[in-house]
Order: sequence, then C-alpha cells, then structure tokens
Amino acid sequence: MKQKIGRWLIPVIGGAAFIYLLVPIAYIFVFSFNDGGRANLQWQRFTLDNWMNPCGAPAVCQSLVHSLQIGTVATVIATVLGTGIAIGLVRYKFRFRKLTDVLIILPLATPEVVLGASLLAQFLNLGWELGYGTIVIAHVVFCMSFVIVTVRARVSSLDSRLEEAAADLYASPAAAFWKVTFPLLLPGIIAAALLSFAMSFDDFIITNFNSGAFQTFPKFIYVSATRGIPAQANVIGSAMFIVALLVVVTGQVISYRKKRQLENS
Amino acid sequence: MTTLAQHTQSPVTSGADLELSGISKRFASFSAVENLDLLVPAGTFFALLGPSGCGKSTTLRMIAGLEAPSEGSILIGGQDVTALPSHRREVNTVFQSYALFPHLSVLENVAFGLKRKKDKQAIDKARTGLELVELAHLANRKPAQLSGGQQQRVALARALVNRPQVLLLDEPLGALDMKLRRQMQLELKKIQTEVGLTFIHVTHDQEEAMTMADVVAVMNGGRIEQMGPPRELYELPRTAFVANFLGKSNLMRGTVSAVTDGMLSVEVVGRTILLPAERAVQTEGDVVVGVRPEKITIDRNPVDGQNQLTGTVVDVSFTGTTTEYLVDVAQIGLIGTFTQNRGQQPAAEGDTVFLGWEAEHSFGLAGDERVDAGVES
Amino acid sequence: MSVDLRSKDELRAEKRKNRTGIFLITPGLLVLALFFALPVVILLAMSLYSKPPGAEVGEFVPGLQFSNYATVLSAYWPELLRSFWFALISTVLALLIGFPMAYLVAVRLREKTLLQGILLVLLIAPFFSSFILRTQAWKQILADEGFVAQTLKFIAILPADGHLTATPFAVVAGLTYNFLPFMVLPIYANLGRLDTRLLEASGDLYASPITSFAKITLPMSAPGVFAGTLLTFIPAAGDYVNSALLGNNRDTTMIGQVIDSRFFKIIDYPGAAALSFVLMVSILILVTIYIRRFGTEELM
Repeated sequence: MKQKIGRWLIPVIGGAAFIYLLVPIAYIFVFSFNDGGRANLQWQRFTLDNWMNPCGAPAVCQSLVHSLQIGTVATVIATVLGTGIAIGLVRYKFRFRKLTDVLIILPLATPEVVLGASLLAQFLNLGWELGYGTIVIAHVVFCMSFVIVTVRARVSSLDSRLEEAAADLYASPAAAFWKVTFPLLLPGIIAAALLSFAMSFDDFIITNFNSGAFQTFPKFIYVSATRGIPAQANVIGSAMFIVALLVVVTGQVISYRKKRQLENS
Repeated sequence: MTTLAQHTQSPVTSGADLELSGISKRFASFSAVENLDLLVPAGTFFALLGPSGCGKSTTLRMIAGLEAPSEGSILIGGQDVTALPSHRREVNTVFQSYALFPHLSVLENVAFGLKRKKDKQAIDKARTGLELVELAHLANRKPAQLSGGQQQRVALARALVNRPQVLLLDEPLGALDMKLRRQMQLELKKIQTEVGLTFIHVTHDQEEAMTMADVVAVMNGGRIEQMGPPRELYELPRTAFVANFLGKSNLMRGTVSAVTDGMLSVEVVGRTILLPAERAVQTEGDVVVGVRPEKITIDRNPVDGQNQLTGTVVDVSFTGTTTEYLVDVAQIGLIGTFTQNRGQQPAAEGDTVFLGWEAEHSFGLAGDERVDAGVES
Repeated sequence: MSVDLRSKDELRAEKRKNRTGIFLITPGLLVLALFFALPVVILLAMSLYSKPPGAEVGEFVPGLQFSNYATVLSAYWPELLRSFWFALISTVLALLIGFPMAYLVAVRLREKTLLQGILLVLLIAPFFSSFILRTQAWKQILADEGFVAQTLKFIAILPADGHLTATPFAVVAGLTYNFLPFMVLPIYANLGRLDTRLLEASGDLYASPITSFAKITLPMSAPGVFAGTLLTFIPAAGDYVNSALLGNNRDTTMIGQVIDSRFFKIIDYPGAAALSFVLMVSILILVTIYIRRFGTEELM
C-alpha cells in the first residue's frame, strides 16, 4: 500500500506542478486572441487581429526589438568573456585565485535590485547617460557569472588528455583548441549563451535601474500593467514561447535522428 | 589482414633510432626520472617494463614531447628534438585511455593527424589505416559506440597512419580482458613487423613485455635496472629487482669460499652452492645466489644436480598444467619450484624432499641486494 | 619545508604557459571589477552621503553620515524582514514542488526519451515568455472578478469579501512560481546522473523505497538542492515585481520596492544605497552560514 502511494505521488505532484507552471502561459495565449481593446482584462470575443497585426499597439514592437538587440549583444559579450574566464580558471594557475573566485560568485549572490542600484550609482558618478549602452553593460555583468559557472563545469569535466592526444597528432596549440577543445565545450557554451539570452531578454529590475527613458519589452509591460497590457504583448509573449519551444524541439529531433542514423550505420 | 606495404606507394620506411642521453625529470615535489641513458635502434620493438610510479610513463611523455626533460637530450634519427614541441615531432602515441576524440567519427579520428599535416589524401589513408586494423566497416561510428577492443584498434590506427619515426604505446592493452589482450598482443607484434616502425611499449605486465618485445628495459625508481633481449634478462638477471619482477626467483644469501676453474663455491648456511663465475655480478665476498623455480627438480628420492638441498614441503598448489611446491629448507627459508603434471605426484605436504639443479642455472647478484626487491605483493 | 626541485628554466616555462591564462581571464575580470566591484564600493560611499541644508532634491555631498543606516533601518526593518520571510517560504515551497518535478523528469521518465524531452522544454520555455507578462497573467487569473476567486467564494473557501490578489498569499505564490525553474533545473541536472542501479542495490540490502530515497536519492541530489535553493532564495529576497503586481499594499511591500521608490520617486540616493547595502550584506551573511552548514565544493 505504502509503495503504491509512492508510485503515484511523484507523477501526481510533478504533473500538477507542470500545470501550475503552464497556467499563466495558457492564459497569455488565450488572451492573445481577445478583442479586448487597450486593457485586455476581460474576455470579450475571439479575434485574429492581434496576431495579424502584432505591432498594432504603440511601442510594443519597438521595445521588443530593443530587447532582442540588447539580449544578442550582451549574450555575445558575456559568452566570449565568460568562456575565457572559465577556461583560464580551470586550466591555468595564477595568483589572486581566491579573490577571482569571489569576484565571480558574488554577482550571483547579489540580488538584482542591489546590482541595479550599484550600477546606477556608478553611472551617475561617471556622468554617463542611461540608455542602450548602460543596459548592455549591466546585462553583461550579471550574465557573465552564469556563463562562467556553466562553462567552467564543462571545462572541468573535459579530459585534458584529449588535448595531449591532439598535440601528439601534429595539432598546434591553436589547432588543438579549435578542433578538439572548442567543439567539446560547444554544447556548454551554447547552453550558457541561451541561458544568458533568456536572462537578458527577461530582465526587468536591473534594466529598470539603468535604462533611463529607454524602453525594453519587460519594461514596456511593467509600465503598461497599471493601465492594462495590450493584447499585442500577449501575442509577442506567446510567439516567443512557441519559437523557443520549436527551437528546442527541433534541436532534440535532430540529435535523436543523428543518433539513430549512427546506430544504423 | 592486408599488409600496409600494399596500400602505400612509397616503400615501407622503417622507423628511426631513438636516443635518450642523461634524461632527468623533476617535478615540484619529487624526481620521476634520474639521469637516464637509452639507445633504441630503428625498427626495434622495445618494451619499458616496471611497476607503477617507476618513471616509465614520464619517460614516454618526454619522448612524445608532452613533458620537457629537466636535463638531458632526446634524439630521434640523430636529430635533437628536445626543444621541439609535441606537435612538431614525428612521434605518435597510443594512449592508455585511448584518448579518442568523442565528437569525431572513427574515420575523422584516424585522419586527424594527417589533416593537421595537410595531407591531401588524409581520408584515403585513414581508410587504409582502418582496413589494417579491420575496422573499415565502423568508419562512421562515434568512439562511444565501439567496444574497448575496437577503440584500442582505432587508437592504434590513428597513430600508425602518420608513419611516425617512433610509435609510443602507453599500456594500451591495460583495459582489455585477458583473452582480447593476448589476441591484441599478437596483432600488435604482427603489425610492427609489417610496418617496421620503432615501437616503444610501456607496460607493467612482464609477460606482455617478454612475449612482444625484441628488447626489454626493466625500470625501477627512475632508473633502468637492466636491459636486453627477454630471454637474456630472464635467464641472467643482474639485480634482485629484475630477478623478482621478471618471473620468480629463489634468492639465497651466501659467501664465496673458493674459485675453481671459473666456478664459484658459495657457502649458504653450511651448504655449498656452485655458481659459474661468468654468471655472477661479483666473484668474491658476500653474494646472493639465485635460481629460477622451473630449473629445480623435486622428488622424495635423491635427485640429480650439482646443487642439492633438502627440506619439507609446506604447501602444494595445483594450477592445471603444473603443480607448485613451497619447500622449507632449514635456515635458508622457503624455496619454490614446480613440476609438469604428467601423472606422477613427486611429493605431498609434509614430505621430506630432495631439491636439485645444475650449477649453470644459478646466477649471482651483489651481496648488498635486498632479496625481496621487486616482489609483487 | 618542501623545496621545488625544478630548474629556473622550467619555472619560467610554466610562467610563460600561465601567461595565456592571464590573457584569457583579464578582459572578463576587468569588466567585473569596473562594473561590479567598483559600483559596490561607490554604492557604499553613496550610502554615507549627506544632504546639505537647503539643498535641492537629489543634491548630496560626500560624507560619512553613518546615521543614514539607522534612519532607513528604523523605518524599513519590517519590509526587510518580510522580504526574507517571503523568500524563505517561497524557497521551501519551490523545493517541495520542484523536487518531485525534477525527479519525475530525470528518473521516472528516463526511459521515455520523448516525454522527458517535452517536459524539459516546458520547463525552459517559460523563460522566453516574459516573466512580467506571466506575473500579470496571475494577477488577472486571481483577480476578484476572475474565475478562481469566484469559484473559491462559491464553495465558501474564500469569504465573500475576501481577495486573492493584494495578499501575502498571492505574492508568495508569484515568487514561488517565478523562481521554480531555477529550483528544478539544478536538481534535474543532479538527478539525471543518478544511477538507478544504486536504488536497486539499496533495495537488495533491505532498504524500503522510503529509506532508499532518504539514504541514496536525497544525499546524491544534495548539490542540486543546494544550488537550487540559493538560486531561488537570493533573487526572491530582492524581487519587487511580484510584490508590486500581486501585492502592492502595506502588508506585502518588500525591500526591493522600497529601494526602487527611494531611488526614483523620493530621490533619496543615500537612503536607497544604505538599504541596498544592508540587503546585500544580510544575504551574504545568510548565504555564508548556509554554505558553511550544508555547502558542497561543487557549487564553486
């Protein structure tokens, strides 16, 4: 009897949790078809207009483009710098190691509101105008720690004997890196970059401190929340969710196919 | 199996001489290799044999260029390569862990070195290499999809296709089971004979070293104890370590009491053991006399042999083809021997037995040797 | 005393090799130093600024006015405590919900690759549909005139004049919801590596399923639980989107909201900086105690 409860308990709680996770997304999706006017609070009637004209509401698309731009630029910078640090930390020795570790971990242990506030203090102090540039810098800082932690795990688990084998097989240090080390780190780097992009794209608090009048997608929604969020925002949120879903599913199908192909060859 | 010569336009080039002179390697906290000299003639199958931690792997890594020697120089084909980085040395290694690139297919693994050397026929040559190890049908698999023995052969092909002057094998058979291991030993030896490269094989398995190598060097504590053809090393060990590490030996402490016609008489607690002077490291004073177990005849009745001992059987163990005996000889200690199982059983536990062997089978070591050096515990 | 046996040349060669490492880490560390470490120092300095008499709004002069801390702490200690309290409850809830999720995906569905893949995607994909949008969706789902509140009122679980939004319940539920993936993913990563043969072995050695869980599964997933709790607690404690959207009254205000409004509405930079600094230091102290008590090397 006890065992039976154990068997069912986990799928039931787990399944319920997944529903909990997806309820708001379903809500967003359903209300993206609502002909609810500017506020989109109550269900009125079904329409495809929002999907046909996702940029219909003022500033929605502008803020989305900004978020995509910032996400891309910040991700590229954070991934390159973070990967460098991850490799350097695992593979090389130098002084001030402990201090370096602290500098990397501390941003992860700092709440966003403090990161945002301290950067604002810095920018005020430097007299820099808040906007695109300051947001990118802020995002690079908080994404980089995640990249370092993710890639470092990958570098640590990499067999350094493979690099020796490459050197033994006439690969110069550069060739050994690009032909062996980098391809083996790539899944970790891609995961880190995706995480980085997601965090940057979705960030509100740090952005809010360092953006001035510059509008990003999360900021647009937060500001609109008091007056009611236009249904076009739901369209964009749903579309992003679907795109992410498709990207991951396609990736999985490809790797599954490849595996099958190799097994049959 | 096809020969490699059939697949290549150029005639089989044999490998190059390898010379290590005065090589030492010191790490931060310990010294791995001390002042090592070694000459391996081209085309030799050379085995570096020793227990783990004896410095054999470090030596191999220095030859490969993965480790720089603290002192001394490395010459390949007469050319000093000490300062040459690994990727510019015509040396390839079959790693103990195989170190196959997990993200590349078997074929891409084998072609890796050729591609780095910008060989236009890299893929064709890699295919030929895979045929040599009979794995052409698995060319598109990933290493993770192969068995241990197959991975080992890919690693071998990956090194061989580059036609290095020297091929290094770092315990490449260590991970295989006994049966596969025997099979791979024969194949490796066959391939080496075919391609005529200089092979340096590092191993801690004395049987493997003896069956495969033309020349064996026994290494211990960062130094080479003795070097020579396997039979010579086995029949005439010059140190207690070699006597014990390469096969088994019965070692007895004694003192030279007389020399007559090139024959030493060694007093071993009241008994005289005969030992040819040319088989002894030193011919006077305290010595250690040794004899291999299979050279000793054992019986309940008196036996032939210039050297004679008597004792009590304390242990008998049956191993199939042979029966092993441990005989306690008063004041000398335990002497091991064995007989072929041909029906008769010469002795049982508790019997008083006679042991005998010819003087020409005795060997003499320096008197200050530890008689248990190199005994595998 | 150990003496390095290597020659000067060898030590120099090692230094040369490590130069590549310095080249790799310097740019990133520079960014962290300039835009993380230095800003924190400036924040600290700013928290001690004082307002000269008769100054305009937003005008401050550098100083060492430690009383700023006393002023903001005496005014906002309830919000600070509430932040930690809400974050703690959310973390525990996220763990209770997240562990079965991770276990379901990582262990139970290990053989069913397709279903496992789908659930994993569903775990990650919400990151891309803006978290503010999702929080706002919760607000509308739980709204007084919404389906959930009406139903609860109908079956008399919720009194007729009760609310779901603008309550501590809504804020904690929102926090739990938003940081749930941060709890699940590290635990999933750990459980994914769990060798189920260990559970068979444990069963073979007379352990009941519950004992096996307590003695094998839980300890082996500890690093994931550890990372997950930190990744949930830290952002939850500093969050103000949930309390602003789902709460937004005196009973739900969290410290993040206070810092935000001190900065942008009241323009009290020293006060906001002092509160930020207090928040950062208290979290660091809590995290350090937590790491000392339960920590593993793997996190670093």
